[in-house]
Amino acid sequence: MKSLMSGNEAIARGAYEHGVRFASGYPGTPSTEIIETFAVYDGVYAEWSPNEKVALEVGIGAALAGAKVLVTMKHVGVNVAADPLFTVSYTGTNGALVIITADDPSLHSSQNEQDNRNYAKFAKIPMLEPADSQEAKEYIKLAFDISEEFDTPVFFRTTTRVSHSKSVVALEKPKSIGDPTSIQFNTAKYVMVPMNARVRRLEVEKKLQKLKEFADNFSENKIEMNDPEVGIITAGMSYNYAKDIFPDYSYLKLGMVYPMPEKLIRTFASKVKKLYVIEELDPFIEEQVKAMGIHIIGKEVFPYTNEFDPGVIESSLKGEKTRALRLADLAIPPRPPNLCPGCPHRGLFYVLGKLKAFVAGDIGCYTLAFMKPLEGLHSCICMGASIGMAHGMSKALRGKAKGKVVGVIGDSTFIHSGITPLLNMSYNKSDAVIVICDNRTTAMTGMQEHPATGYTLQGEKTKEINFTELAAALGIESVHVIDPYDLKSTRTVLQEELLKSGPSVVISRRACVLFKRREKDERKPLKVNADTCIGCKTCVSLGCPPISWKKFDDEGAMERKKRSKKQKGVAFIDDSLCTGCTVCQQVCKVGAIIER
Amino acid sequence: MRANKDIKSILFAGVGGQGILRASDIVCLVMMEAGMDTKKSEVHGMAQRGGCVTSHVRYGRKVYSPIAKKGVVDILVSFEKLETLRYLDFLTPQSTIIVNEKEIYPPSVNLGDAQYPGNIFETIKNIFHLVKVVNASDCAVKAGDIRTENTALLGVLSSYLQIDLSLWEKVIRKSFPEKTIAANLKAFHMGRMS
Repeated sequence: MKSLMSGNEAIARGAYEHGVRFASGYPGTPSTEIIETFAVYDGVYAEWSPNEKVALEVGIGAALAGAKVLVTMKHVGVNVAADPLFTVSYTGTNGALVIITADDPSLHSSQNEQDNRNYAKFAKIPMLEPADSQEAKEYIKLAFDISEEFDTPVFFRTTTRVSHSKSVVALEKPKSIGDPTSIQFNTAKYVMVPMNARVRRLEVEKKLQKLKEFADNFSENKIEMNDPEVGIITAGMSYNYAKDIFPDYSYLKLGMVYPMPEKLIRTFASKVKKLYVIEELDPFIEEQVKAMGIHIIGKEVFPYTNEFDPGVIESSLKGEKTRALRLADLAIPPRPPNLCPGCPHRGLFYVLGKLKAFVAGDIGCYTLAFMKPLEGLHSCICMGASIGMAHGMSKALRGKAKGKVVGVIGDSTFIHSGITPLLNMSYNKSDAVIVICDNRTTAMTGMQEHPATGYTLQGEKTKEINFTELAAALGIESVHVIDPYDLKSTRTVLQEELLKSGPSVVISRRACVLFKRREKDERKPLKVNADTCIGCKTCVSLGCPPISWKKFDDEGAMERKKRSKKQKGVAFIDDSLCTGCTVCQQVCKVGAIIER
Repeated sequence: MRANKDIKSILFAGVGGQGILRASDIVCLVMMEAGMDTKKSEVHGMAQRGGCVTSHVRYGRKVYSPIAKKGVVDILVSFEKLETLRYLDFLTPQSTIIVNEKEIYPPSVNLGDAQYPGNIFETIKNIFHLVKVVNASDCAVKAGDIRTENTALLGVLSSYLQIDLSLWEKVIRKSFPEKTIAANLKAFHMGRMS
């Protein structure tokens, strides 16, 4: 049977077909759908862990018990999981352990563009890389086989295009492998104290040597001989882009990008006149081929940054720009992503923007508040950084920080990596204010559950972590809950907390407007009374999508009653988008925003 | 050099929340049902929060790349007027443009900092031979569900593709919840006849 699947769905399907029944991960674009797809299959255990480090450790434990385990994360998630990662290659995996790293060339939804193939080399772990959904389903099975055969964790790298593009997949019957688990004691292998780890260190190198030989005969490292004038070494989605443009050249397609098949590469190089390597981001394959003493053309012509497409490959290889249709001098207004109509973050960041404080931000939808017109957020580094940074900035500024430093973090992000830095704030006597934007879900990646929602990945009720109690247990004495739809109390509480000595936590609680369990409230869209509006644009400065500004002359309504000589237009609310959150109504000084 | 000339490419463009991904999924499924190889691609995550959304659909005997390079797209289906202009470099003058009459103002226009471009239809009609302007929300309202705007646009698209109508209906039936199927089919047919 054939099915149209994304790369992520195909990974989940392939793992399930192959007898995998255990998965853990933390949501992150472009990896999220793997666990979501896997979790609904029969007889599986799957969890959202609080962060990637925990997810990997959960996976290692399950693998040591003999299970076949899938652990998923986005590229920057591997940074969080790096600590266990670098040692699990020493202990080996007993059952089987495959770690998905979903990279994001072009930073579609990420804070950096790191190339995680480097992690394979760094942590001494083999890595497979599929090019489309059918391959994703086949390769994930091979990854589990390699993990079992070599007793090693295996990396499985996707990029955004592989994870999120859809293509036709042939489904197979899932196989059942019975229960492979048992408790197995092996301290020499699993207790990585120096005396044991030194022994295991040698095993890692032996394993890598064997894997190099394996790579030379691996079925998915394939030579396709066509025109011998030009040979291309490539892997993953770049293969598809290159085949789209140059179907007649010869190819060496690497299904395994680490370790690399040296003999196969030498054979291929000897068969073609001119050799290119086509790879996004770092010259990972290129440097290794060059280290073999083989002349190959790579980053001299292909870009280091951004994802490729067939056009990039064509123009780089031919050395000429592709001619494209362009309209001369046509100004097209940009359309950046924006907070949704009625988003609870809007009211909070409107207030924060007015407080003239430095707002150390974090990773989530609310990061968008840095843009015009809210401009209420001033930094974003990585998950959890807001709290540590706010504390550090506040300490460095000493007296000058009074009332001026805030850290803002989302509920899921706080669970992921905000608890430890908050503990640090009470321990080291911080003065900063931390706001937890508690929208009751992991909104940015598409509404995943986490320990503070009170539901598991499968939607079962579970223990719900209470942020107020948690902050108190961490030693924060001043904890307040506010409703960001209520601007007056939001401002009052934040101002009071900023002036206090000692750390404080403000929980800004209001469910995401897209959230499935959001309480139904009978809010009606609002409208602007054009006869009262003075055209001051205060409501427009909220950047809420339904609110627009109509110049009088645009409307052809010159006879419209002006409230003052200077008035140039009026605000307008699109009732098909307005959720009736009333934030604009609260900022309007003349009461021009009214119920319909 | 023989490029993959037998591959057809459709580009969907619009704004987050307009149902572009669902629409492009349906086209891909229809092509699969018609026995062709097919791939599609779009970007999820942060980019979708009210920003521009595009989705590439490609089909033919053997498809490699899920995204089309500039200058090879056969049909652009634009769910929003202004978004049409952003992707003209993917087209050739021989390409077909299906464009929804809908205007969604970007933030800079809402703030009064920029102008929503005027004369969009005239501009593109001067370059492209085949520009089909559709009022999809009108179709959707008449079909009884404003959320069927995307299906109405699919109906228009279907009239430019040589694919059996029954395949479209089969895939549409499978793609929506039971209670919205009738409205979606109605919107599809209204688009197809428009």
